[in-house]
Amino acid sequence: MTQVRGFRGAARAVIMGFALAGATALAQTPDLPAAPKSAPQDSGALRVKVQGTLTDAQKNDPKLEDKTKAVASELRCPVCQGLSIQDSPSELSQQMRTVVKEQLAAGKSEQDVKDYFISKYGEWILLEPAAHGFNLFIYALPAALILGGAGLIVLLVRRWTTTASTSASTTAGPGPDDNE
Amino acid sequence: MNWKRAMIGVATAVPVIGLFAWGLTRDPNNIPSPLPGRAAPSFALSVFAPGQGALQRPVGDTVRLADLRGKVVVLNFWASWCLACRDEHALLSMLAQEYVGKNVQFMGVLYNDVPDKGRAWIAEMGGQSYPSVDDPGARVAIDYGLYGVPETFFLDVNGRVAYKHTGPVTPNVVHFKLDSLMAAGALQGALEVTKPAAKDTKPAEGR
Repeated sequence: MTQVRGFRGAARAVIMGFALAGATALAQTPDLPAAPKSAPQDSGALRVKVQGTLTDAQKNDPKLEDKTKAVASELRCPVCQGLSIQDSPSELSQQMRTVVKEQLAAGKSEQDVKDYFISKYGEWILLEPAAHGFNLFIYALPAALILGGAGLIVLLVRRWTTTASTSASTTAGPGPDDNE
Repeated sequence: MNWKRAMIGVATAVPVIGLFAWGLTRDPNNIPSPLPGRAAPSFALSVFAPGQGALQRPVGDTVRLADLRGKVVVLNFWASWCLACRDEHALLSMLAQEYVGKNVQFMGVLYNDVPDKGRAWIAEMGGQSYPSVDDPGARVAIDYGLYGVPETFFLDVNGRVAYKHTGPVTPNVVHFKLDSLMAAGALQGALEVTKPAAKDTKPAEGR
């Protein structure tokens, strides 16, 4: 039975290792060099339309409000830790929400507004990183860990059960590991 | 078996430790700005603090970025509630005077503050040699991807963002950036004088 304990210990070590590695990878914000996207149309023209342009009807438009909320909850508050500008009460977040709303009211799409903020703050501003390039690693990692874990469990269970059924035999298990 | 286990442990632990070690070398507050290298976002803001002497601009005057084309611009975002801004204030004010008569424009931009408090702060700090403009609603600040104050942008003679400095500036940074940007501007001016045709082939800059 010592051999089984040995394997279990090793398996635990591997799983812990994976879990730790996964946790660190997830904790790190991916830092892409914010590729100079085909620079979304810069401010000049935009601001002319945008400066304080909300009419009363737009201010009370529930549809516009919903769209604003949707976009704002995807943008990171620059002065908080892990909060969206929708959830943050900070002054800058409120002002950014206003900018979101005004740009939406001016007819820009939700993606346009997000692109505007990305062009100013980098991809960091997105709470959920876009699924391309290195970012895909973060999306793939949990699935890979779950699959790997399942595979490991299947492997170990199979090994343990065969060990148990043939425990009398000396050929069970790989390798010499009875020195515990 | 012990060897095997030890090897597995090392093989899993080393990358994890490496990852942590790498993480420790990074400052989570230091977020790279995509702006350097790009055209500076344009603005038209009105002066609320005039500055002094040669650098003075009347209160209420509108400062447009387009009008500053051809000059190296130091755009300093500040606020009266900002403690770190106190550290750099005297230095910036002094440096602006040092560069009087050169092709440099210092400009303060008030961030999330009211002009009255900004003026009171300037008085308390013993004056500011260069003018400051107000940025209602932080629109320009957001356009510049501002995280907090102080942040200082150095714009080249073509109106591009050359460098963004987060936190209080130091004399070395300002001198180095300004001198190199002025030299680049002078070189470009000289080239344009000798080769006027080169202007047409220059790639269009999106303002």
